[in-house]
Amino acid sequence: MATYTMKEAKPAPTTNKGVVFWLRENLFPDVKNTLLTLAGLYILYAIIPPLLNWMIFDATWTGSKDEVVNSGARWIFIVEKFDQFMYGFYPEALHWRPNLVGILSLVLIFGFKYIGSVKLKIATIILFPIICFVLISGGWFGLEVVETEKWGGLMLTILVAAVGIVASFPIGVVLALGRQSNMPILRTLCIGFIEFVRGVPLITILFMASVLLPLFFHDGIEFNKLLRALIGITLFQAAYIAEVIRGGLQAIPKGQYEASEALGLTYWQGMILIILPQALKISIPNLVGSFISLFKDTTLVLIIGLFDILAMVTLTNSDTNWLGYEVEGYVFVTLIYWVCCFSMSQYSKSIERKFNTEH
Amino acid sequence: MSDQEVMITMKDVNKWYGDFHVLKDVNLNIKKGEKVVICGPSGSGKSTTIRCLNHLEKFQEGSININGTELIEDVKVVRHIRSQVGMVFQHFNLFPHLSVLENLLIAPTWVHKKPRKEAIETAMYYLERVKIAEQAHKYPNQLSGGQQQRVAIARCLCINPEIMLFDEPTSALDPEMVSEVLDVMVELADEGITMICVTHEMGFAKKVADRVVFMDAGQVIEENEPNEFFDNPQSDRLKLFLEQILSH
Repeated sequence: MATYTMKEAKPAPTTNKGVVFWLRENLFPDVKNTLLTLAGLYILYAIIPPLLNWMIFDATWTGSKDEVVNSGARWIFIVEKFDQFMYGFYPEALHWRPNLVGILSLVLIFGFKYIGSVKLKIATIILFPIICFVLISGGWFGLEVVETEKWGGLMLTILVAAVGIVASFPIGVVLALGRQSNMPILRTLCIGFIEFVRGVPLITILFMASVLLPLFFHDGIEFNKLLRALIGITLFQAAYIAEVIRGGLQAIPKGQYEASEALGLTYWQGMILIILPQALKISIPNLVGSFISLFKDTTLVLIIGLFDILAMVTLTNSDTNWLGYEVEGYVFVTLIYWVCCFSMSQYSKSIERKFNTEH
Repeated sequence: MSDQEVMITMKDVNKWYGDFHVLKDVNLNIKKGEKVVICGPSGSGKSTTIRCLNHLEKFQEGSININGTELIEDVKVVRHIRSQVGMVFQHFNLFPHLSVLENLLIAPTWVHKKPRKEAIETAMYYLERVKIAEQAHKYPNQLSGGQQQRVAIARCLCINPEIMLFDEPTSALDPEMVSEVLDVMVELADEGITMICVTHEMGFAKKVADRVVFMDAGQVIEENEPNEFFDNPQSDRLKLFLEQILSH
């Protein structure tokens, strides 16, 4: 029977992983970096605890405004005005309608990929906006009419952004294709439109939409303020979308066009089946970047008298009962904007992963 | 040669890129079922010649007749011709966003309006033929170059073409993959489809071609059946070319 003897244990090698090593390597490698690290830590120490104290630990969440004793944020303002921030002047009894639209939208966003047939998908895309419009504005199926003047708050922000995104997308695609067209008149028109719109600020377009558009129509026709803003934003966004998509189209190798032609596909078949799916896929990051900008730009509608969420905060701050709550209001709006934009960027990443056919 | 047998007629075809005269009075007559290999130095206009046949390139003078149809600049005529002519490209040009099977279904379902079920059966038959059926649900970028080119050949076969054009089908392949593609092409040649192939694979030309065409500077310099072409070249230019490519 063989005998085995335990080998003497070797000393452990000098550590090259673990927390201590990482700290020494990255934060305290020499005197200069150590000083910078310490300075950085001090700045964090100076900012974070007071911020947390103000926002959370010393904050007042409930009760009435006369009972506030804490030094932190008085979130009771937000709680009190929450409905106005969300819905503007939309009648309280009817808040379930925009809520339902919100829930339907979420179901659609996350459930769309589970819809099996293409026909059903197209039907959904066409029907969904109509359902949303009917729900929010009313007037059919016994739903009480709510005039657009009463729409506001986050609801209006999301609505303007959503309409801007959905409506500008097809226009942008057509403009991008038109810009590449062989037909000189069509190409010139598309280039002219894109370059004109890109050359002026959104605020000018909104002013033009609200002041100029009515001039084109006879006196009798009352042109809805919200509709004017939506048209302006859609046209503005379409020009940017067109340029983003043009970038995607140009990145598609010539061989793809040739292969689809050689197989006998028509121009539109080739575009819809072969070129656009690829061009849009590589455009996703830039498209979403553009959509996020638009979401933030929608706040400019306040200058033509629409009350989006930011305008609602400003408005509620002029309530004589609630003077001096600006900070809470604007911090709240900032958080809302951030959550929305961050969600959009995360959603775009998940779409990118889904369309990745490399491996 | 009766009219019935003629598949392709190119008559005095001339083409310019700006001032550059790419094709000079190209004349080519190809019979049904004939295998023609076009060779020549780069820039000699061989690719341009076959790309004129399915109107990927326009030509300014002369005429082309494909299987009885005069090639004119008319969308319907061009589509009619393309529906009979399959083309295999140097860089495969598969559609990367579609699976192998979907790549094969595009033309039959959208151009030839076949029912999807029938198109799938045809597609699987041809994938079997190019020995790649088990990859049907992969995406092109997951395949090797040789496999992609075989898929590209199957994609053309799915439209049941009268004519197959090959534009340097093996030039972009790693050396060890050239033979798997050539094998498929040889098999195809045995079936009597009309083939025009631009290639530098002289072994393939000797084995398969009924006729080899040599082009230089946009002109057809010499054409002959393979044995004569390689063993008894007439022009100095062809002699030099053969020396260069066969010296290794």
